[in-house]
Amino acid sequence: MFDNIISVLPEIQIAFGETLYMLVITVGFAVLLGLPLGTILYYSRPGSVIKAPILNALLNGIVNLIRSFPFLILMVAIIPITRLIVGTSIGTTAATVPMVIGAVPYFARFVEQSLLEVNRGIIEAAESMGANHFQIIWKVLFSEARSGIASSITIITVSFLSYSAVAGMVGGGGIGDFAIRYGYYRYQMDVMIFTIVIIIIFVQILQFTGNYFVRKLDKRL
Amino acid sequence: MIVLNDVSKTFDTPSGPLQAIVSASLEIEKSDIYGIIGFSGAGKSTLLRTINLLEKPDKGTVLLEGDDLTQLPRQQLLKKRMKTAMVFQHFNLLTNRTVFNNVSLPLEISGYPKKQRKERILECLEIVDLLDKVNEYPTKLSGGQKQRVAIARALANNPKVLLCDEPTSAVDPQTKESILYYLKQINEKLGITIVIVTHEMNVVKSICHKVAVMEKGTIVEKFHMNDKSYKPLTNISKILLGESNPVIESEVVYV
Ligand SMILES: Nc1ncnc2c1ncn2[C@@H]1O[C@H](COP(=O)(O)OP(=O)(O)O)[C@@H](O)[C@H]1O
Ligand SMILES: [Mg+2]
Repeated sequence: MFDNIISVLPEIQIAFGETLYMLVITVGFAVLLGLPLGTILYYSRPGSVIKAPILNALLNGIVNLIRSFPFLILMVAIIPITRLIVGTSIGTTAATVPMVIGAVPYFARFVEQSLLEVNRGIIEAAESMGANHFQIIWKVLFSEARSGIASSITIITVSFLSYSAVAGMVGGGGIGDFAIRYGYYRYQMDVMIFTIVIIIIFVQILQFTGNYFVRKLDKRL
Repeated sequence: MIVLNDVSKTFDTPSGPLQAIVSASLEIEKSDIYGIIGFSGAGKSTLLRTINLLEKPDKGTVLLEGDDLTQLPRQQLLKKRMKTAMVFQHFNLLTNRTVFNNVSLPLEISGYPKKQRKERILECLEIVDLLDKVNEYPTKLSGGQKQRVAIARALANNPKVLLCDEPTSAVDPQTKESILYYLKQINEKLGITIVIVTHEMNVVKSICHKVAVMEKGTIVEKFHMNDKSYKPLTNISKILLGESNPVIESEVVYV
């Protein structure tokens, strides 16, 4: 009765590997680029630490612009950019380009939001100690906002697991794409359900791990 | 030690410019405990914050040991701030750092030699009798204990001046006494100059040598607490110098 499932197991394994690959690259870049971007957004906000209204308006505009694209449209719209970066617009690596472009501003907003929750008084205390900007960001903002940032990483990982299914549209592969191909186009309900169960378990593990770190990093309770 | 010369500060607010400080001049000598008292909104905090230039005055000069802070390049200003530590009403401790690591922060910022940090941190915590809380996180501490950690943190870089903004206004009356006791000790034993902003008469009465009274952004009078010949001008100073009756006192204290 599990014939269908057993016969596609190797393919599921490959698809799962592709999903992991897309997620690691996407989340990796989101953190690498979104963390500084979100920090600059916070830092240059009116009434925040430094006065840079033009820079702030510019970055805000770019972030809003990218975030207003529905993911599917973003993916198609940036095909030329994808070609430029990875040489092709088809395949798993190509699919990660729109994912990264979508994830960076998304994560940057989360970072900005987490930093906004840091008590102003603490920043002022650091300023009164003679801290420079780098020290304020590194030793105070990131330290105080770390559980919020960990929680944001969890959220974007889960969100982009779901977006990675759309990546199948450009031959990106992955577990979501696999579920659509077998379950939807080939009417293999059992394979579809099996795949969905895998995705559910994966999301649970991600969320559980995320929550664990969020709790561990937060010393306010 | 500290000389404020004709300092003014105006804030731009949605409802128009707000003159928070109007031509304030002040001289604080080494080892003074100098009180700045006034009602809420009088401009006390803003004035205190001009001393380490957290608030940049629009006009006037801020001299710290002869250097005009308003003219210093940022790098040198940061160096000066390491020697003018601040204590806040709401403590402002880092919630994700232990007591030990909170006191460590100013040392990390100033680049204090790593090998000697631990010793210095414990020294400071000993001054405020908190050696038993070294590894606690701030959430586990009472208000008074948090303020003592904040004082230890302020002492870490061997400051010349301690700027205190309502340091006893968020703690209960008994704790108040203990905080004032530690401040007094620090002033007497370490010779650190203390500037203390408060709206509470008893704070000034119990530890200040000199006091400035602020009203609506202006310093309306300055005097020595032990100057018997001084003729007080305001209700606040009348009470401080014991000329007024205690009924009014309680009214004024907690407005
Ligand atoms: N950053 C700021 N922006 C606008 N107005 C401010 C700012 N800081 C203080 N003020 C205003 O300046 C006045 C003096 O404030 P403050 O110095 O905090 O008074 P105090 O400490 O005596 O209560 C108040 O009217 C306050 O609203
Ligand atoms: Mg105040």
